[in-house]
Amino acid sequence: MTRLYVARNTSAAARALGEETMVMSAADSTLFTLNEVASIIWEAADGVTPLDEIVADKICAHYDVTPEVALKDAEALVNGLAEHGILVLSDQPLAASCR
Amino acid sequence: MTAITQSSGVVVEIGGLPIRLRCDSADFLWQIRERYAGYVGSRDYARFDFEIELAPPDAVSSDEDVRVACQAGRWLMQRGDFRAEWNPSTARGRIQQTISPYSLDSVLRIVHTLLLARQGGFLLHASSAIRNGRAFLFSGVSGAGKTTLARLAPPDVALLTDEISYVIRREGSYLAAGTPFYGELAQPGENREAPIEGVFLLAKGPKNAIEPISGTDAVRGLMSNILFFARDPQFVQAVFDSALDFVSRVPVRRLTFAPDRSVWELIV
Repeated sequence: MTRLYVARNTSAAARALGEETMVMSAADSTLFTLNEVASIIWEAADGVTPLDEIVADKICAHYDVTPEVALKDAEALVNGLAEHGILVLSDQPLAASCR
Repeated sequence: MTAITQSSGVVVEIGGLPIRLRCDSADFLWQIRERYAGYVGSRDYARFDFEIELAPPDAVSSDEDVRVACQAGRWLMQRGDFRAEWNPSTARGRIQQTISPYSLDSVLRIVHTLLLARQGGFLLHASSAIRNGRAFLFSGVSGAGKTTLARLAPPDVALLTDEISYVIRREGSYLAAGTPFYGELAQPGENREAPIEGVFLLAKGPKNAIEPISGTDAVRGLMSNILFFARDPQFVQAVFDSALDFVSRVPVRRLTFAPDRSVWELIV
């Protein structure tokens, strides 16, 4: 199974606001609001922890959701954020310099 | 801090920030005094000094968008009707423009956005007013009702602007200052300042109502109405941080209003 690694783009500005996180794209100043679960994935997106591990440890362990459904939702989320350039995706662990 | 005490020119002081404008043309200096009446400083002191060089009207194009960039410590600002550069470290700048004071308006707005961003403040598309010693801001895009609210203001209200509000961060709190930048009202605001009591994001509706909004909606509302010309990432992030800090300290709500004077009964 190919594992997916996710990293926050260091040029994006992100700030927590309550349980949500606001992220601003450096490219076009577009604002994104991440809900509580999306914020957890954002915080854990260190480039070296695979997405399935993040989902298992940070989501499924705390929310009533199956790993399959949670991972599918997480993949949709990270793909969407990657399209806007605020997350970087790779099938290899990401070195800090690549993010 | 760099202080310039040399004489001549006109010192225009907006938000407590004196900027001297020099020009060889006595006619244009007179126009500046007229345009910024109420904001022309009585002191000779200025924090920044701009030399204005007038260009013939046919030397510029009017359809170019504004561009602002920082190169080697200097801010470069350009639109069809002006070219300007400003070096914050020397506190000096140059403006090449046509004789229209509206070109100068644009340069001053840009310079103030850059200066305010360093201090956690910003310019906001909003009308603003002081009532009972506290400032209220009414923010929205063109057509949202900024000028309408200003026109409906009762006599005890001091109008600070009907178009561009000046937000200062001072010692952990926020103040609004009057500006000479106006919209359809076509008159400068009063040159006063007061602590900000609240910001209302405007919506038109059949009746008057104030509703709370989420913190994220408040930040979105502010960010879509804050003036920032520069796309420099550090600058944009500073503005983003300012909006977040502002929302954590000042109530931002939605004001739906019918265009009549009764709306001001809610603004107390």
